[in-house]
This record gives sequence, structure tokens and C-alpha cells, in this order.
Amino acid sequence: MSAIIALGCIAALIAVAAVATGIGRWPGASRLVYGAVLAVAVTAFANSLLHLIGAADAPALVLPIGLPGLGAHVRVDALAAFFLCVVNFGAAIASLYAIGYGQHEPFPLRILPFFPAFVAAMNLVVVADDAFTLLLAWEFMSLASWAMVVAHHEEPANMRAGYIYLVMASFGTLTLLLAFGLLAGGDGAYSFAAIRAARHSPLIAGLALVLALIGTGSKAGLVPLHVWLPLAHPAAPSHVSALLSGVMTKVAIYGFVRIAFDLMPQPSTWSSMVVLALGGITAALGVLYALMQQDLKRLLANSTVENVGIVFIGLGLAMAFRANQMSAAAALALTAALLHVLNHSLFKSLLFFGAGAVLTATHERNMDRLGGLIHRMPVSAFAFLIGCAAISALPPLNGFVSEWLTFQAILVSTQVAQWGLKFLIPTVGALLALAAALAAACFVKAFGITFLGRARSPAAEAAREVDGFSRTAMLVLAALCLLAGVLPGVLIDLLAPAVQGLVGDRMPVQTSLRWLSIVPVAESRSSYNGLVILAFFLCAGGLTATFIHRFATRATRRSAIWDCGYPSTASTTQYSGSSFAMPIRRVFGTTVFQVREMVDMPRPGELRPARFHVKVFDPFWRMVYGPVARLAWALAQRLNGLQFLTIRQYLSLTVTTLILLLVAVVLWR
Amino acid sequence: MALIGDFAAQALQMFLVLLVAPLILGITRKVKARLLRRRGPSIGLPYRDLWKLMHKEAVLAPNASWIYRVAPYLIFAATWVAAALVPTYATGLLFSWSADLIAIVALIATARFALALAGMDVGTAFGGIGSSREMLISSLAEPATLLIVFTVALVAGTTQLSAIAVHMVHDPVGLRVSLGLALFAFVLVAVAENARIPIDNPATHLELTMVHEAMVLEYSGRHLAMIEAAAALKLVLYFSLLICIFVPFGIATTDKSFAALAIGIAAYLGKLLVLAIALPIGETAVAKMRVFRYPIFLGGAFAAAALAVFLLFVSQSF
Repeated sequence: MSAIIALGCIAALIAVAAVATGIGRWPGASRLVYGAVLAVAVTAFANSLLHLIGAADAPALVLPIGLPGLGAHVRVDALAAFFLCVVNFGAAIASLYAIGYGQHEPFPLRILPFFPAFVAAMNLVVVADDAFTLLLAWEFMSLASWAMVVAHHEEPANMRAGYIYLVMASFGTLTLLLAFGLLAGGDGAYSFAAIRAARHSPLIAGLALVLALIGTGSKAGLVPLHVWLPLAHPAAPSHVSALLSGVMTKVAIYGFVRIAFDLMPQPSTWSSMVVLALGGITAALGVLYALMQQDLKRLLANSTVENVGIVFIGLGLAMAFRANQMSAAAALALTAALLHVLNHSLFKSLLFFGAGAVLTATHERNMDRLGGLIHRMPVSAFAFLIGCAAISALPPLNGFVSEWLTFQAILVSTQVAQWGLKFLIPTVGALLALAAALAAACFVKAFGITFLGRARSPAAEAAREVDGFSRTAMLVLAALCLLAGVLPGVLIDLLAPAVQGLVGDRMPVQTSLRWLSIVPVAESRSSYNGLVILAFFLCAGGLTATFIHRFATRATRRSAIWDCGYPSTASTTQYSGSSFAMPIRRVFGTTVFQVREMVDMPRPGELRPARFHVKVFDPFWRMVYGPVARLAWALAQRLNGLQFLTIRQYLSLTVTTLILLLVAVVLWR
Repeated sequence: MALIGDFAAQALQMFLVLLVAPLILGITRKVKARLLRRRGPSIGLPYRDLWKLMHKEAVLAPNASWIYRVAPYLIFAATWVAAALVPTYATGLLFSWSADLIAIVALIATARFALALAGMDVGTAFGGIGSSREMLISSLAEPATLLIVFTVALVAGTTQLSAIAVHMVHDPVGLRVSLGLALFAFVLVAVAENARIPIDNPATHLELTMVHEAMVLEYSGRHLAMIEAAAALKLVLYFSLLICIFVPFGIATTDKSFAALAIGIAAYLGKLLVLAIALPIGETAVAKMRVFRYPIFLGGAFAAAALAVFLLFVSQSF
């Protein structure tokens, strides 16, 4: 039943996309389209949430479309239902935001048709139950999002981002195609049930897993396949950026979970080590990149890379525990990863909405030209602050819960038998701790430079608060960040059927514990209670404030800034984003990013201005992508000659190829 | 009736740390002054300072936002909650299960997050420099702290502080290489986190060397009182953590009789006194460091803690 409703929602979204193409130029079209997407997404969300609560396993549905003899298989199991919840909630809240925000779009026709199509494609990826449907939806998702990334193609940077995105997306789909090809075997049994039933040799399984990791990792932003993400995600309008960062990366993670945990047999130890190591490196590098950015949206996109790393750490741990037959620990690690998927989709959407609000109000993304916005945009500032605290893993908000669970999963891992894992897991733990600490620094910078201090430009001075729809969307997300932080047990129990289906075990039932605490594994004596922490916070802070105001003094006076006696009225004397990150850039950046700081100081008496310039290199551009691009270019130059042959030469080329292929087939058999 | 007793025990712990915090600060200042051959202020001065500041009017910059006014209470609340959840004189208190060691580290991070934002609120260069450096120190110290947490959790089999203290008291833990390394790392981290020499100088008014004082430069009156109280509480919090994890002896565990609790309180206060005297001795023996030497100092802590964790992953008997 729920699969039919899900399909109905997808069809409705495609219909909305078609209608949007027709009415896109009407003045009220954007409200209409986003309103329709909101309605459909809420329906789809409710449907999948009910399915998740009911925990009923739906049978596969076969539609008579798609490849002949295969059809399109569709199925909503607990895992798919969870990801449908994430996708559709993200889409619904983005539509709500866009009802207001979309008004500012100068070319609505470049966004409106693609937005519903993109949401439909993401839904279809999750409900797909055969490789062909999944790959088709995957490619559809890539193209729809690409169209929105290059919507504002007047800017050359956006075109470049779109180009790199397209190349990486095609490459990712290619590797996914090969992975499914290997898994399906020679008979071409592409339905997931057949893939699950097939037996693979360890070599084929390992190869397929690596290909799947590359394919899904390139979409999710796993280092070193992350390079397109910080370029492409910020290029789109902010509600689309929120969907790209908050939701599409989750669909990519869904792809990996589906292949690695559901379709493939027990993972080998080395594959879990690869995933763990990549996850750890991604988490630490992603947040370091984020710290170096002055562009608010690019900072957020880089922090997405970090959070994807954290999710992959959880997934890698779950794979390692599965390989060691530690099912309770595997359930803990997988729950932590899935919970972080949900949490990240909440606070990253919120933060991108906040960045979009700032962009609307000031037309400025560079933090070094913002500042003091808390006075002019109080609601956006408050919501953005909650998002910053949540993503910095501060209790009692939601980001802390999933990181806490990941740390607990690391702590139950001393029984793994392999030496490689024994050394890798604590290293990854240290990287995760580093990422958490740097994330706090990064978001102090993001909030402090953008919203606090004094305005650094006339645009920031003249900022106005955004419309009611945008504010509502942000406040709803902020409230959910708090709610998911204080009542995580409910979410963990909701995730249990999905986890049970994948690793054969689940975390202990949380909602029956006293005062709604959470515990990682049954025999563990560790526990955490966000609700009590919040209550303590409010009591301690509130009582102290009341006490002091009541019994001491509440006198307050406004007076000039002191600043050690030398206050400066120039807003440029404040710390900027670049100067805030300088100590961390010096400590971590010189080796990782080959940071070059160039200071051009005029001599006394000279009248030219002093200049300061920072160059940050991404090592992966130089080490991986530069050589690959040069090689591709050189090959293309060579092959260019093939475009200008005579008909005789073309024919002989075709015949030679045919003969070679036939020989290959004969030899292979 | 039992519930009331439990509440009373928890409340006693909350107010014990709060009441003792300014005293500990006073003792460290006095000892430091004596070591420098000064007479030094009386031990009770921090109490009188706090009282005085609380009754003074708060002066706000014209462009101070609500963050600037809320942050002091938030910092104070977060630090106080964290300090109240570390077992001091007895284990297994009413709310001891609500936050484990990781959560306490994160609560300190919450307080620091609020403090760093408050430093940037008015938009002065000093506030910015303080916040920026504070976040540098935390990004170096927090990984080390979490590795110390890992070490202790691997030895005791839990991250719950109460259970760790019970484990250390009752089970024959013995002298462990890993715990020794963790203790060394913990001392370095505690020095850095509490803005003591050689990382920061709590008594400085040389603007360019200060971190914590630069962030709170604009604060006055009751807001400053809250921040000062939070700083004193944070020192006690780190002392309590050290006592609870590494030398919990004397703490009331299973026996909750009046005598056992009294012994617990006496042992706790005695150990606090020793630490409050040891800290200024250490501080007077070293010189303040340049900012860009912090990574060496805290990297040492990180390396020691990482070594301890690796040893424990290799064998639980280290």
C-alpha cells in the first residue's frame, strides 16, 4: 500500500514539474509550484513515517515499464521508509522556505520545473528495487540537480562548478553501473532480490564494493571525490543548496547502505577498513576546508563533506563489527550513522536557509562584508545560531547525540580481532574528536563574523528580515534540532526496524528507560539524557538570572565601547573571517593545504595600500585531478584526428573493431 | 523519603562545588603571591569580588545584542551543570546517569562556544583575537581530552563517571602505564583549558598575550561576576575530574551512611587543597608560551593520550 502511495507521490511530482514548465512565467507560479510540492512531500512524508512506525514489510511491486523482461521493481522496506522520511521532510521544508524565498528568483523558469523533478528522482532512487530503476533515477537526480546548479550560468564560476559536477556525476554513475553489473553476474538478474540471492566470489564482491563506494561516495562528497561539492552546492539557489547538501548526499549514503549492507554478503575486514579510513579523513579534512572559507555557503558545503565523513565512520564501524560477528555493536554503529543522516539533514537545511536569508537581505555571501546582522535579522539569527550549535555537537541539541553514539561505538570496539582495525579505530576516533572540535571553531566563525559585531558593508547595514514563510521554515527546523536532541530515544526506536533488517540486531529499546535516557548497548553502563541536561540548563541559568536580578541588581547602562581605551569606529578593525581562522590555518593548514600568506607592506611614507593575500591549495586537485585532467586532455588531442577521416577509413575502423571484439569473445569463452 | 534524601545529596553536590570554587581560586592566588614573595590578597577575596560585581550596574556597549547579555548566564549554567555532574564526595547520585564523561566535555564546549560568541558580539579587535585563540586552543585540547576519555573508558569499561570512580576504588586497577599517560595528558589539557600559565596568564593585563581576558574585556557588573564565577567553577570542575578519575579514594560508594559521606567530603576538600597548592607551584616554575608554541604543548598531551589508547587497544592489561 505504502509503495503505491509513494509511487503516486512521485507521479504527482512529475506532473507538477510538467505543469511548472507551462506556467513558469506566470507571476504567482512559484508560490503555486512550491505549494504543490509542499503538499505532495508532506503526504509522502506522512506515508513513509506511518510505514516506519507500523514496520510492515511491503512486498515488491513490479511495474510493466522499464527494460523488457525486467520491468520496474518498487519496494518500500524499513530502510527505504526511513530515507523517504528524510528526503520528503527535507523537500517539504525546503518548499515551505521557497514559497517565500523563491519570490526573489529572477529566472523562475530555470528552477521551477526542475525542483519537483529533482524531488521525484530522489524518491524514486529510494523506492527502486532493481538496479536499472535505481540507476535511471540516480542519473535523473544528477541531471535535475545539475540544471539547478547552472541556473545562474551568467557567472563563470557557476558554469565551471556545473561542468565539474557533471563530469563527477557521470563518473559516479559509471562506477555504480559497473558495480551492479558485477553483482548481477552474467545472467543479468538486475532485481535486488536476485542480486541478494546470488553468490559472489570474494574478489567480485570486493571489486563491486569498491566501485559502489566510488559511485556513491562521489555523490556524497567522500574525500578524494569531494571536489565538485563545495563548488556546486553553493552555486544553486539556497533552498536548492539545502536540498543538495541536506538531502541528496543522504540519498547517496542510502545507495551505499543498500549495496554494502543489504545486497552484499558479510563484508570483509579490509573493506570496512577502507570505509573507516576514508570516513575519518573526510571528516577531518572537510571541516578544515570549511574553516578556510570566507564564503558562507561554501563553508556550509564543506561542512557537509565533514558530516558525510562522520556518517561513513559509523558505517565503516558497522561493517567492521559485522565482519567480526559483533551484531549488537554493529547495530549501535549503524544507528549512530543513520541518526546522523537525519540530524545532518535537519541542521544543514536550516543553515543553508539562514545563508539564503542573509543572501536575500544583503546580496552578499562573503562573510568579510557582513556583520551585525543579529540586530536587523533577529529571527534568522536565532535560528542560524541553533543550527550552528547543533552542528557543533553541543548538548542538549541533536548533533551531539549522534556523535555521542559514534564515540560509544568506537569504545565497544576493543574486541575486534584484526590488528589493522585495532590501530585504525582509535585513529579514526581521534580524527572524529578533531573534527568535532574544529567544527565548533568553524561555526563560531560562521555565526560570529556574519551575525555579530558591526556591519562591514553598507549592504549589511541595510539588511532587512526575510519573509514569514522563510522564518517559519527556519524556526520549525530549529525546534526539531532541539526536540531530536532531548528525545533521541524515540528516533532510535524508530530506526530499529531498519537496523534490524540490515545487521540482524538492534539497539536496546530506549523509550522504556527511565526519564527517557539513551544507552548504547544493553550491558553498557553509559547513558545520556538530553532532557535532564536541558532541564538543568534552564534551572541553573534561569534561577541564577532571577536571583541576581531580584536580590542584587538589574541596573543596566549603555555606554561607549571600552576596548582598552582605544575604541575604533572603523568596522574594518574588527576581526574578519580570515583573521579568525588564521591561527588554525597556521597550525593545520601549512602542511595540509600548503597555505601561502603573502603580505605586501608599503614602506613608511609610501602611499599605496598594504595588501594581504592568502592562497589555499586543495592537495587533491594537484595530486589527483590535475594529472587526470591533463591525461584526458592529451588523449583527447590525440583522438581528435579521428573526427576528420574519410568514409573508407571509418569503415575499416569499424570492421577492425568488430573483428577485435569477436576475437575477444572467442578467447573469453 | 528516599527520593528526598537523593535530591538533598545531589543538591549538596551542586552547592558544594559552587561554594568551594571561589575559595580554591583564592588559595591559588595566595600561594602564588607567597611564592613570588608578595603578601597577596586574603583567601576570601574572590567571594567579596563576586559579591561586589553582582551589585554593580552592568555597562553594555551600544551595539551589544541579546547574546552578550544571555551568554554569561549560559556559560555559568553550562559550567555549573557540568561541575555538578562530576562525582565529588559520593558516587551514584540521583542524576549521575544523565551525563557521562563525553557529555561533560561537550558541556564545557557549550560554555566555550557561548563565551567565544560573546567575545565577538561587540565587534572589537580584542574580543575577536580572544575568541579566535580560544577556539585554536580548544581545537587542540579537545581531541586530547577525548582520547583521555577513551583511555579511562577502556580501563573502566564505561564512560559514566560514577561507575569509573567505583571501578577505580573497588577493582584492583593497579599502576597502569595507560592511566599514567592519561594523567600526564590531563594535566596539560587542564592547564590549557583553564587559561593558566604557560598557555594564558589569568593575572595579565598585557593585552596581546591574553586569551580569556581579551574575550571578556567589555564585560562588567553582574555579567562579569557570572563569567568570573564560571571560570572559578571550571577550575574546580577540572580538579574534580582529576580527583574522580585518578584518585577517587575516600569517595562514598556503596556505604551511604553519614560518616562515609563526611569522609567523602573531607577527602574531596583535602585533595582540592593539595591541587590548589600544586597548581601555582607549577605555574611559577614555567614561563608563558608564545601562541604558536601551543600546538607543541597540546600536541604533547594528544600524543600521550593517543599512545595510551593504542596501548589499550593492543592489550587491556596496559
